[in-house]
Amino acid sequence: MGEETPQTRTIAVGTIARVEGEGALRVTVKDGTIQDVELKIFEPPRFFEAFLQGRHYEEVPDIVARICGICPVAYQMSAVHAIEQIFGLHVDGALRDLRRLIYCGEWIESHALHVFMLQAPDFLGYESGIAMAKDHASLVTRGLRLKKAGNAIMTLLGGRSVHPVSVKVGGFSRVPSRRELEALKNELLWARDAAVETVCWIAGFDYPEFTPDYTCVALRHPDEYPFNEGRIVTGTGLDISVDEFERHFSEHQVSYSNALHCTLQGAPYLVGPLARVNLNHDRLPHAVRQVLADTGLSLPLRNPFHGIVARSIELLYALEESLRLIERYDPPPEPALPVVVRPGIGMACTEAPRGILYHRYRVDGDGVIREAKIVPPTSQNQGRIEQDLRLFLPRVLDRSNEEASLACERVIRCYDPCISCATHFLNLEIRRDQ
Amino acid sequence: MERGNTGKERLRLAVFKFASCDGCQLSILNLEDELLALGQALDIVYFPEVSSKMNPGPYDIALVEGSITTEEDAHRIQSVREQAKVLITIGACATAGGIQALRNWADVESFKQVVYPSPHYIQSLKTSTPTSEHVHVDFELWGCPIDKGQLLRVITDLLAGVHPRLPAESVCLECKRHENVCVMVAKGLACLGPVTRAGCGAICPSMGRDCYGCFGPTEGARKGPGLPPNTASLASYFHDGLHLIPVEVLRRFRGINGYADAFKQESERWELEKENVKGET
Repeated sequence: MGEETPQTRTIAVGTIARVEGEGALRVTVKDGTIQDVELKIFEPPRFFEAFLQGRHYEEVPDIVARICGICPVAYQMSAVHAIEQIFGLHVDGALRDLRRLIYCGEWIESHALHVFMLQAPDFLGYESGIAMAKDHASLVTRGLRLKKAGNAIMTLLGGRSVHPVSVKVGGFSRVPSRRELEALKNELLWARDAAVETVCWIAGFDYPEFTPDYTCVALRHPDEYPFNEGRIVTGTGLDISVDEFERHFSEHQVSYSNALHCTLQGAPYLVGPLARVNLNHDRLPHAVRQVLADTGLSLPLRNPFHGIVARSIELLYALEESLRLIERYDPPPEPALPVVVRPGIGMACTEAPRGILYHRYRVDGDGVIREAKIVPPTSQNQGRIEQDLRLFLPRVLDRSNEEASLACERVIRCYDPCISCATHFLNLEIRRDQ
Repeated sequence: MERGNTGKERLRLAVFKFASCDGCQLSILNLEDELLALGQALDIVYFPEVSSKMNPGPYDIALVEGSITTEEDAHRIQSVREQAKVLITIGACATAGGIQALRNWADVESFKQVVYPSPHYIQSLKTSTPTSEHVHVDFELWGCPIDKGQLLRVITDLLAGVHPRLPAESVCLECKRHENVCVMVAKGLACLGPVTRAGCGAICPSMGRDCYGCFGPTEGARKGPGLPPNTASLASYFHDGLHLIPVEVLRRFRGINGYADAFKQESERWELEKENVKGET
């Protein structure tokens, strides 16, 4: 599709596929140089931060889950940790482990979906995972079975995988027995082996040479690969507590998008699997580090196309970690700690499958939310995606409209953008002034 | 699933997204054991979240996720309807306006100001409305998210040429079948189970908590046979028996499916009650 006049050339793709949500890309080219790259997100706004005001704190995990069907656990985790900070609660021991486990379930489900069904078709030349199954049935079946293993964890702990129902401030509404958890083990052992094979398979793809300069941002914990806790660190040496997030990171609005852009001291940055692996590879267990070393890739990973490698490494890690947590599980005496409501402000940052997710709430003495602020991973990566496209586009400008568009879509898919979170899908438009 | 192999013309399925979280579309992908068979039984010809190949209509089945919240989407749903033989809404947003329908009781301009520094850039309607307020809907799948088993059943019914039917009794019946102890009786929780449509498998009471109405009001609330759910009686019990104050009763009904008729009317009754209480003090 597209229209051409002697003065301008416009390339437009109706919908960028295989991303979660609705968006568009507009590129303006003048005299062979790129003028503007605008990632438009026209996913309709749903105003969560506004309608959370006036709701009771107990309703928050159920409400914020609805921001994203792909990563509801992330929203629930950031929310309960922020509210627990206000009430002075510290969830530890088996309850903390169970939160880590349900988060592993979400990483497994979300990463397997993206690796096998959304991004691998780009490398193997198919329009979808379903189409890929015609020639690669065993690969796609493996991906779906891995995904199902993640869903099984979430369903056991949360009642269902999309919008689980058991997460609450103080813990859970119900915790599983040891026997119930152990029933997951066999499938997870299969999945761990399948994930090792997956990393080898992915590492063998043909990757374009492309190494932009990134500022990576992730959580860092003294002795764990990060999920729910840690300090916010960057590849450039910043090391701050979560409370300081808003002093360094700020959201600003652009006229062409329904998602706010978040920047670090005015500049774009990267969150998600690639950033996490770069900043936390020393926190991975030895076996996982070995699999990563076997790929032959050197750290830090600088090529955004290697995001799929980082994602498959994390898929493996989440399976290893699930098995470890199940092995040492001893049911807590109560499914949740008692809560004493007190007014205040609390913030938390956790590692969603796509990167850090920051929440801040102000709660009054009745436990009612008076203010909410939510900074999702995709709004943080938006600026970085635009920068990447700006750097990548010159390589494809001489190609046909269709090929250039496809190449841009592939760059965008590297980030596994979740536009429903950031507000959702993509439409590519390249304007060429000749 | 025979039909796929008989050489007969295969049904063309399309999936459309409006304002939503993608969770119901993900429920389709969560049919891990059936997805590839489904892809063989019918042609999935338009599903942008899953495939780069986006074929034009007409479609035999259109699944619609999400509510209508922008002028553009109000036009788009008309074109989806024109292209689809059978239009099925999937989930609370498409069927009842979703959680984002909370704006329907608020001033959207002030909502924009809470979220965006330059609210004038944002194009949004004052309301979030279900598909049925815009076009004729052939079948509604409730749930936030939908139950993937129900979705599969509806699709296989259509493949077999049978009019789909799903249970529309209350969650209480599912709960009894699971042999759960009633959380309202035993724990005093304000459970919406008695007025909420079955379909989830009574997961909330099974997980030790109150139902919060994801599957919307029981049958009869909007169309079809049956009595409307007795929300008034349940609400009175929340207030008199469980000592919820009016604003708490209001919040119970004004949630995920707050804009579905029966829940909407109940929350509005308690809004008046809340004002009365304010007037007295």
